[in-house]
Amino acid sequence: MSDLDQFRSETRAWLEANCPAEMREPVREDADIYWGGRNATFKNDAQKAWFEVCRDKGYTVPAWPKEYGGAGLSPAEAKVLREEMARIHARAPLQSFGIWMLGPALLHFGTEVQKQRFLNEIARGEIRWCQGYSEPGSGSDLVSLQTFGEDKGDHWVVNGQKIWTSYADKADWIFCLVRTDKNDKYRGITFMLFDMTSPGVSTKPILLISGNSPFCETFFDDVKVPKEYADGIPAQVGEVNRGWDVAKYLLGHEREMISGAGDTERGAGIGAMLTRAAGGVLDPVLRAELAMFDVDALAYSAMGEKFLDEIKVGKAHPAQPNMMKYAGTELNKRRNELIMAAGGSAALEWDSEESNGGSKARSWLRTKANSIEGGTSEVMLNVVAKRILELPGA
Amino acid sequence: MPLYYDDDQTMLADTAAQFMGEEGAIAKQLRHWRDKGCKDGFGHALWKQMAEMGFTGILVPEADGGMGMGNVEAGIVLEEIGRNLTPSPFLTSSVMAATALGLGSDDLKGRYLPGLLAGDSVFAVAIDEGPKHNPDRIACKAEKSGNGFKLTGKKDFVVQGASADMIVVAARTAGSDDDAEGVTLFAVPKDAAGVGHNSVRLVDSSMASHVTFDAVELDGDAVIGEVDGGRDVLNRVLDAGRVGAAAEGVGVARGSMDMTIDYLKQRKQFGRLIGEFQALQHRAAHLYSEVEIARAVVIKAQQLLDAGAENASLMASVAKAKVGKAAGLAVKEGVQMHGGIGMTDEYDIGLYMKRDRALAEFMGDVYYHAGRVAEMSGY
Ligand SMILES: Cc1cc2nc3c(=O)[nH]c(=O)nc-3n(C[C@H](O)[C@H](O)[C@H](O)COP(=O)(O)OP(=O)(O)OC[C@H]3O[C@@H](n4cnc5c(N)ncnc54)[C@H](O)[C@@H]3O)c2cc1C
Ligand SMILES: Cc1cc2nc3c(=O)[nH]c(=O)nc-3n(C[C@H](O)[C@H](O)[C@H](O)COP(=O)(O)OP(=O)(O)OC[C@H]3O[C@@H](n4cnc5c(N)ncnc54)[C@H](O)[C@@H]3O)c2cc1C
Repeated sequence: MSDLDQFRSETRAWLEANCPAEMREPVREDADIYWGGRNATFKNDAQKAWFEVCRDKGYTVPAWPKEYGGAGLSPAEAKVLREEMARIHARAPLQSFGIWMLGPALLHFGTEVQKQRFLNEIARGEIRWCQGYSEPGSGSDLVSLQTFGEDKGDHWVVNGQKIWTSYADKADWIFCLVRTDKNDKYRGITFMLFDMTSPGVSTKPILLISGNSPFCETFFDDVKVPKEYADGIPAQVGEVNRGWDVAKYLLGHEREMISGAGDTERGAGIGAMLTRAAGGVLDPVLRAELAMFDVDALAYSAMGEKFLDEIKVGKAHPAQPNMMKYAGTELNKRRNELIMAAGGSAALEWDSEESNGGSKARSWLRTKANSIEGGTSEVMLNVVAKRILELPGA
Repeated sequence: MPLYYDDDQTMLADTAAQFMGEEGAIAKQLRHWRDKGCKDGFGHALWKQMAEMGFTGILVPEADGGMGMGNVEAGIVLEEIGRNLTPSPFLTSSVMAATALGLGSDDLKGRYLPGLLAGDSVFAVAIDEGPKHNPDRIACKAEKSGNGFKLTGKKDFVVQGASADMIVVAARTAGSDDDAEGVTLFAVPKDAAGVGHNSVRLVDSSMASHVTFDAVELDGDAVIGEVDGGRDVLNRVLDAGRVGAAAEGVGVARGSMDMTIDYLKQRKQFGRLIGEFQALQHRAAHLYSEVEIARAVVIKAQQLLDAGAENASLMASVAKAKVGKAAGLAVKEGVQMHGGIGMTDEYDIGLYMKRDRALAEFMGDVYYHAGRVAEMSGY
């Protein structure tokens, strides 16, 4: 038996023994997701047990090195773990912007003391992070951001406003893009980490079309950000004024995550499931649409696999995540359109117990943001056109 | 298995790209034979050269003198064939017929494989009996007669049928037209008495034959596989044909896309390169992503087929359908973005559109395969 086969059978046995049955059910509502953080509460004992056993094994961030709270798995082992978890429909033990976005950036750009502290905290789900990028005047054109940090020697004084900050009101810390040099658009931005309870930080939730309110306007009013925390831990990631490099690197990971490239669910066909759910009878035109969708979804899943394989060996074009983000999010929107169509009137229910609080309708509405958040589809296409196809710039 | 080429496959891809780019180029092959009104629609000299390169026997086991490679490698050659619109009997002979013969008797292998390996023989595959691909329905009959069979009926749109030295024919030996069982595959030699051809030129300048079988006497050893149990062999031939046609389609898509992107970088209107217009940039980027995705699922299907995986046939249909969509988009956008010049015979872009249309029908179109995906998924 190869080492990988051995690892697979061990993993299967471990999951069998440790993943509670309640954690092998699809996520139905926000409370089914454990986000961690200072004020985190568990929905039930199973969620707590599943989180803790994963945390102790390094399985909240399986591919991170052990000294930073991971399990130190090789890419091939991490893939096996993903596959085995998908096989039993196991929920993620912990989700967070720390894992998806800040962590990879710290692994790449962080100093040793920064990694020791923040990566371990992220892996253990102790601090919940939010992302302070967008501003009212700076969305797609992010580099035009205006939030300003004035250099006061051993600290900055930050003033400005962010918007669309997901879960800002629930987050403990923020990773934030702050202009520290007004004369250089690209080389005048610093990537800062600070506590959301710092004096001068306030948040105001924004209600979404899904009826939920996961994001906020975030205001900074003379917020004092020290340049160094205790034990010589810098508050900025990378160099001062060179935060744009960190921001772009992180966006690559964010796009990869939103594209659902490694998400086996997203690449699966839905025709059989929806037809069954509708009692086996569907309009023939709808059935045809489902078949065409399944073709695209199964093909995209092969693309996701190819993309991850190529990334591992450095064969992927650096702008490939933009293509994946574009294709994956457009596909996910179409998937949810079809789920609504196949569900009929039952999918319209907004608040019944039967519909899990309108989960289909709310998901459908939520997915409309997939092609906006983390960079819009139009911006992704711009990048593909310019960087991969090398079409001339305007 | 990772979804990219290993070192050997990369080398083969480089070799195939260079060979087809030079010897199989559009001016040298497609246009040349088309303008001559060639009755075969392809050049035998090139077929001979492909044999010298080892391409013709790519799927033939080493023990039988071939390269002993798989559908991934056959696909590598096919992608280059597609990119250069190279007319050749590779897909029908080296992929589909070779797959059939591989499941046949030693006698059949001994009779036909040497000619294939040498580039002397050309094979065709006859399945369809109407203008749309429908291998579930087989009416062409082979009745027991002496120690052999008597074949009666017709087959339509047999690619290169009239040029073929042997035609693999799917015929009914039992049951009724729509039965899955009762099908048998035969290797029908060119000179068998009672075989008639009505050969027609198709839009892409390839030749297809309406073949008639008028009480054609066949020996018992013309049977490929089991009598009445040919459906399995047929399915294997079909799957190889599906992923093969898909691989060629990816080549057509990429060739047409590359040409178009090049044009966007050269053509000026309104004082700017047309590639600067976002309306065209976005469509080009969308096209690129569709073609990349199609290519990924083709490689996936090839690997599954080579591994004999359970879901190989499903993914073969996904691949054929996805390529149908992506390549169709590539050629239509290609002509449109070339503007008026794209409508001229002189420019190659229109040739891509023609080849895509023929390839889209070959072995089942988007709708056929999407339908098959639905059925195989249980809805
Ligand atoms: C659910 C959700 C969660 C989010 N979470 C966060 C978060 O946690 N933190 C954070 O900082 N931000 C977050 N965002 C913000 C997100 O990054 C921005 O919404 C996104 O970058 C788009 O910016 P915008 O909304 O200002 O749109 P705009 O940039 O104003 O775009 C409006 C329209 O114009 C198009 N457009 C703009 N520029 C071009 C161009 N050059 N070419 C062609 N078309 C163009 C866009 O594609 C879009 O269709 C979130 C957004 C959503 C929807
Ligand atoms: C069958 C046929 C018959 C014709 N008959 C006549 C005739 O009798 N008399 C005559 O004078 N002409 C005739 N024409 C020419 C016709 O008017 C031109 O082909 C047409 O105006 C397009 O110009 P073009 O071919 O140079 O393409 P281009 O202008 O080079 O366009 C190439 C591509 O770039 C796109 N493009 C160009 N500019 C932009 C932009 N600003 N934004 C976005 N995309 C852009 C185009 O849409 C096209 O997809 C005929 C053409 C055809 C095909």
